[in-house]
Amino acid sequence: MESTSSLPADLTDLTLVQARSGLEQGTFSPTELVQAHLDRLEKADALNAFITKTPDLALAQAERAEKRLRDRTHGPLEGIPLGIKDLFCTEGVETTAASRILKGFIPPYESTVTDKLFQAGAVMLGKTNLDEFAMGSSNKTSAAGPCLNPWRRAGDDEALVPGGSSGGSASAVSARLVLGATGTDTGGSIRQPAAFCGIVGLKPTYGRCSRWGIVAFASSLDQAGPMTRTVHDAAVMLRAMAGHDPRDSTSAPVEVPNYEAALTGDIRGLRVGLPREYRPDGLDPEMAALWDKGAQMLRDAGAEVVEVSLPHTRYALATYYIVAPAEASSNLARYDGVRYGLRVEGASLDEMYCKTRAAGFGSEVRRRILIGTYALSAGYYDAYYLKAQRVRARIADDFRQAFRDVDVLLTPTTPTAAFGLNETIDDPITMYLNDVFTVPTSLAGLPGLSIPVGLSSKGLPIGLQLIGRHFDEETVLNAGLVLERAAAFTHRPAFLTDTGEA
Amino acid sequence: MALDKTTVANIAFLARLDVPQDQQEALAGELSGILTWIEQLGEVDTQDVAPMTCVADLALAWREDVITDGGYPARVLANAPEQLDGCYVVPKVVE
Repeated sequence: MESTSSLPADLTDLTLVQARSGLEQGTFSPTELVQAHLDRLEKADALNAFITKTPDLALAQAERAEKRLRDRTHGPLEGIPLGIKDLFCTEGVETTAASRILKGFIPPYESTVTDKLFQAGAVMLGKTNLDEFAMGSSNKTSAAGPCLNPWRRAGDDEALVPGGSSGGSASAVSARLVLGATGTDTGGSIRQPAAFCGIVGLKPTYGRCSRWGIVAFASSLDQAGPMTRTVHDAAVMLRAMAGHDPRDSTSAPVEVPNYEAALTGDIRGLRVGLPREYRPDGLDPEMAALWDKGAQMLRDAGAEVVEVSLPHTRYALATYYIVAPAEASSNLARYDGVRYGLRVEGASLDEMYCKTRAAGFGSEVRRRILIGTYALSAGYYDAYYLKAQRVRARIADDFRQAFRDVDVLLTPTTPTAAFGLNETIDDPITMYLNDVFTVPTSLAGLPGLSIPVGLSSKGLPIGLQLIGRHFDEETVLNAGLVLERAAAFTHRPAFLTDTGEA
Repeated sequence: MALDKTTVANIAFLARLDVPQDQQEALAGELSGILTWIEQLGEVDTQDVAPMTCVADLALAWREDVITDGGYPARVLANAPEQLDGCYVVPKVVE
């Protein structure tokens, strides 16, 4: 599919699939590949994409990869340098969820997804930055400080956010610090930062990847997925991450397809839906134009594009901001200052709990715990939580109806391109609007893929989202490949120019 | 839904989260704003709609009721802020 005959001189500019071929053919060694990325990582501190760097571990893993490649016992990701979102528990490596309350926490076990990646031969360069407990769309709520977007507006030096919550992963992949990274997505946390940083991000179907060992935010929504620079790379990485896990009862006991084999580039006869509710009156004209362009690309490739309706779309955000905080307030009850993490002493057990949690959680996390606690409290449970769960059923039903008529949906990923780090968004609801196009998919548990399709007039990447049926990542990826080829997005972030890698 | 300071203090205690008195007023305003925004869900007809508890139609798997993990207290306790004789230590709860 991709030739290795014209390898870029710089190993960090390869795609994951190109690097895989180069390693298998012995064009370069895992140590050379990993060292090239570690060297770039050293020059990229300004991005703050990593909370913890693990160069020694990476080099040891590269050495193991060298041996396995030599013995021809290598896995599908042998020697591939990855970033791991600091929400995945990694045995022996500090895992903080970007929160003060987990500072110093060294997991005594490995999450299922990272375990699978390591079994497949992947090399971890470190733990990537995120919004605290994955709650945010800017990466500004991280206790480790904000991560920056490697992109800047044309002729403008203002620092931009990478999006969130998987902002460190998106920034690291975009800045060529790693060949791919893991993300997690609860309401858009893979897709929105992927769109902001001009990369590919896939939230698989709920249940596709095990949640075991991932710090929990909202258990009925959280899902891990790959963040890469190409659709093909995402297909390779997803296959290594996915699969049933007896330790997560919500992980689906279904076969993991060979996603690469699904990438035929042939979508003749595919039925593509454009949900009319995703084109509100205030939609940015640039975004609307790019969406039309994306639809035309699919049409040109032989797809049939039709308009569909998802009538409850406008209620998705409000539904999400009850369901997710409710589940979060319950999940985050475990941070009690007793078993791990921060403890602030108090005269009584309750006082110790209250002080520990007030000192350990940041303001957005505290806000969501309080909203969630209220929504679940006696007398309000029916009015808020049960009501939201009922509306959620209607939102999921909208998709079910639409998928009777079409095979895949095409929408914008985000309402806008990346915003400035110092743009003050005081109103939480305005901040929540970032996720308006990604939240409905999450509520319905469907797979969603964001692909960079063009640049805004200010020179920032804009992404489009493809949404598929449950467990039909194959169609989503294949349609994504067609979009990717037609869009031929070869623009590069300003950060690469700064560091002499233009 | 407008929350007052007292309600905020009650929720904060339910959540075991210290909210200093001088922040309760501002927080009450912020949370009220979010809850008012959420009230739009009242517009949706959900009569005869069952609350969605699971996004995938999965039947839970059965397994033998046996111990499948454990036996390493030192690893379990390794991250504890305070431990003694293989136990977590907490402030005294019984006088």
